[in-house]
Amino acid sequence: MAETICRTLRDGGLEGEHAPALTIKDSVASPFGLDVFAYVLTQLSNYILAGKSQSRGLVIVAFSRSPSFYVNLLKERGIDVNSSHKWVRILDCYTDPFGWKELLNVKEVSQETSTLSSFCNDVRDLEKLYSSIIVQGKGLIGQGKGHFSVAIDLVSEMLRHASISSVGKLLSNLRSHDQVSSIFWLLHSDLHEVRVTTVLEYLSSMVASLEPINRTTIGRKGDSGNLSLLEQNFRKGKFHVRFKRRNGRVRVMCEELHVELSGINFTSVSSEDGIINQRLLPKVQFNLQLSEKEQTERAKVVLPFEHQGNGKPIQIYDGRRSLSENKNEETLVSTAKLQTDEDTGKGEIIYFRDSDDEMPDSDEDPDDDLDI
Amino acid sequence: MNDNQSLNLLDRALGLEQQSRPWPLSGRVVLIEDRVETTASFVLHQLIKRSLPPNSSNVVVFVAFANPFSHYDRVLRKLGCNLVTQRDNNRFFFFDMLMLQCPDGDEGKSKVGLVSLYEKIHKTISSLPEDKKSYVTVMIDDISLMEVAANGASDYVLDFLHYCHALTSEFGCSLVALNHEDIYSNTETPTFILQIEYLADILIKAEPLATGLAADVHGQLTVLNKATSHGLGSSRNKVYNFHFKVKENSVEYFYPGSRG
Repeated sequence: MAETICRTLRDGGLEGEHAPALTIKDSVASPFGLDVFAYVLTQLSNYILAGKSQSRGLVIVAFSRSPSFYVNLLKERGIDVNSSHKWVRILDCYTDPFGWKELLNVKEVSQETSTLSSFCNDVRDLEKLYSSIIVQGKGLIGQGKGHFSVAIDLVSEMLRHASISSVGKLLSNLRSHDQVSSIFWLLHSDLHEVRVTTVLEYLSSMVASLEPINRTTIGRKGDSGNLSLLEQNFRKGKFHVRFKRRNGRVRVMCEELHVELSGINFTSVSSEDGIINQRLLPKVQFNLQLSEKEQTERAKVVLPFEHQGNGKPIQIYDGRRSLSENKNEETLVSTAKLQTDEDTGKGEIIYFRDSDDEMPDSDEDPDDDLDI
Repeated sequence: MNDNQSLNLLDRALGLEQQSRPWPLSGRVVLIEDRVETTASFVLHQLIKRSLPPNSSNVVVFVAFANPFSHYDRVLRKLGCNLVTQRDNNRFFFFDMLMLQCPDGDEGKSKVGLVSLYEKIHKTISSLPEDKKSYVTVMIDDISLMEVAANGASDYVLDFLHYCHALTSEFGCSLVALNHEDIYSNTETPTFILQIEYLADILIKAEPLATGLAADVHGQLTVLNKATSHGLGSSRNKVYNFHFKVKENSVEYFYPGSRG
């Protein structure tokens, strides 16, 4: 499923349509957003390098990590960085986002990433940011009609200094730019109002949200017993993805995410769930479930009140013999009948009706007239 | 008394036992959160001591909002570390910010307040010889008081912390900061403290015991050690929990149930 996301980003958008956009949102209880971001980034880079994707280049807008972090990340994942200036550009909104260094005239230490990255000294000016993203992208693909992808590593950081409407405008403009092939961004959902998160989800065609396996928060008094749950939350999480199709259909999928030293990997959740369900059943001495053989045998048992289909008419006792069978009720209750019954050894309830005044048994409550 | 060689549970939780690297916290951000019932300043004291081992050239840049130099000098002397000597040897830089008052409505537009504090820190680190730069620890003893100095402009404080975070990737130094968790407990979305938690690689929480007060246990520490993907830690995302007892000259750490 994480694969599906990457493939959708790889394939890009159709001519005259919005580019596919992905929101990755996490929270402090399951803080693997950056890992997922790095995963998507690596996959997309691989596709771009192999020439399989619609986009020819990638612009990383770095808010929460330094450009050298991304260069190291690509190196670690075995991507050739030497040729990287041909297909990746980093817009550095991390080193000096508010122009303090410029104000103080602090000299920037030369970095190996300087060929790849360019500075943004005022992240509050979103229009300038938008135009520099486009300039970077166009710089990658040259004058032709090619496409490029955009990765924004933390929209939350943007939202700290700009209103949701201006951030939404920036993202929407990027999506509808005809040279942008795909776009994805990271969001810490618990830093914002629900409204803000929803707006960003509307802007995206895919939403990948990370949720903790166990709902627990650290620091609440007296939950030290939940330590193992907490540790579990720091090793894996639930990974929900919502795809919005062009025709309006929404598909939700769920996977489990495991965090390992080398990165993250995804497993389908169904098998895991089965194991958990089995484990959740209490241990009892008798069987709570039937085997297949037991189930077929149970189906064969004939219940006593069931019509047994042996040719005889079905008789259901209604409290008296039916009139069609016996013309005279007085003679019916004869001693002869009683005797034959005794011979066969069958039990029978003998009942003489005292008079016709007595009404036959009915559903009526006999104590109906009592005022209880 | 703790001697330098034996590492306690907190040191292990922080990954200080890794001998392969001269300063295991390089490039990492440590956030300490405490509560009014259990102050975690002893963690800060221990980290000062650990950051200044005798046979190394590690440097501490200490930004004080809560207590003056003489306070820390007295505490560290009891732990066996002389801050005056370290200061004279240019290994301990103390910035007294107790009287810092940022002008209203400024928030990073001019060279005063937190911007000038950042300038001081940056100058101090860049004036160090090249080989020492990555063994610097920047410590902030109280973020909430920094917020007070900034007239409650929490975004301004976050901007400052962002620049401090940038120092860790620029020079490879480490950042240690203390904050009080319960100050933010009333607000519906404690955004400010969450923002700082997102910055942190290691989160240390000091809490009182869930079961109430005890004579020989003063509280518990929960350490969340998040190794980022560029970290060289041997294990990712470990959670540690242990009890502590603050003594006159040292702090004892032990697992729950292993004492008394």
